[in-house]
Amino acid sequence: MHEVDMTKCLLLSMQQWRQQHQPQTPEVQQVHLQVGDFTCVEPDQLVFTWRAAIQGSWLDGAELAIETVPLVGRCLQCNSTYTPRVDQAYRSPCCDHPMEEIVSGRELRIRSVDYTLPQPISGPDRSALPTP
Amino acid sequence: MAMHLPLEDTLGLNLLAANQHQADHNREHFDSWDLLCLNVMSSPGAGKTSLLERSLAALAPEFRMAVLEGDMTTQLDAERLEAVGIPVVPITTGRACHLDAAMVSGGLTLLQQRLAPASLDLLWVENVGNLVCPAEFEVGEHRKVALLSVTEGDDKPLKYPVMFREAHCVLITKTDLLPYLPVDVDQIERHIRQVNPKAEVIRVSAINGEGLDRWHAWLRQQRQMERASPHSHAHQPHAFART
Repeated sequence: MHEVDMTKCLLLSMQQWRQQHQPQTPEVQQVHLQVGDFTCVEPDQLVFTWRAAIQGSWLDGAELAIETVPLVGRCLQCNSTYTPRVDQAYRSPCCDHPMEEIVSGRELRIRSVDYTLPQPISGPDRSALPTP
Repeated sequence: MAMHLPLEDTLGLNLLAANQHQADHNREHFDSWDLLCLNVMSSPGAGKTSLLERSLAALAPEFRMAVLEGDMTTQLDAERLEAVGIPVVPITTGRACHLDAAMVSGGLTLLQQRLAPASLDLLWVENVGNLVCPAEFEVGEHRKVALLSVTEGDDKPLKYPVMFREAHCVLITKTDLLPYLPVDVDQIERHIRQVNPKAEVIRVSAINGEGLDRWHAWLRQQRQMERASPHSHAHQPHAFART
């Protein structure tokens, strides 16, 4: 259940992001993650632990949107990309070469956050600024 | 002015950024102390402690060493290693299935109460027995060493590929048992090389000593490489560094 620790890391990053918006607390609708297929992360587990962890916190109600990124390898023999498969021992189907270069699939990334700011932004009304 | 203007911030941040920061911080300490840190990982019972017992005894005349011991529930492993005369700091992990950078940082604080880390050449981190979780949590190590025993079957590198992909060195352990097992050790090695063609793969036995010379030679070489260019950071060997 390392997804629990991953969620803790994610919450720390979210907390830091929140501080950028002080004194307001952003109301977060969705946090978009990219999770590669060639990682030790089970997306469903991550969503489960996320929901449990945010209950009652400032993130309560925020959804985790996980985009999975397929494993793509590049065959260094012929330079073409391929989908490494476990039943082919991850070898390239074109040249039967071992999995040397990974193009994608190792991603564990917080991509973006969708949110609203509940109070009107204080300070000068931006709409009143002269347009360049 | 809209009260609930939908906004989007692009972060593009490593999901494990919090752990990564601490790991980088640990590594800065290791570099300033001029020591090589090794993260030793395997499934439970693959022979991490037995190998360390042999290797620590063999290398003690040559290197000053200490062990951060991440064994999950018992002090037994620590006692076995202390018997060889090497300082061992047990890291309390509770029920965690892996060590993270903060736990190792806590272990370093305890270690500093016993000795000055700058006096060390090698720092061993024995991770919690697990082929899945430790692979994703860097602790600040310079090199990752994965163990796979011949009794575990030749499919494990394909079944738990991330661990073997990340390792700089894979030790195939318990080779003294090969005469008694219906297992093809060449196939184990081939499978490791499928997922990680760059890894150093060494067959070893802590019982009859097979391969230990080669393993220790690899360690000496890594120690020299790291001293020659401490900031080359070979800990991202495959150029798929996370952003």
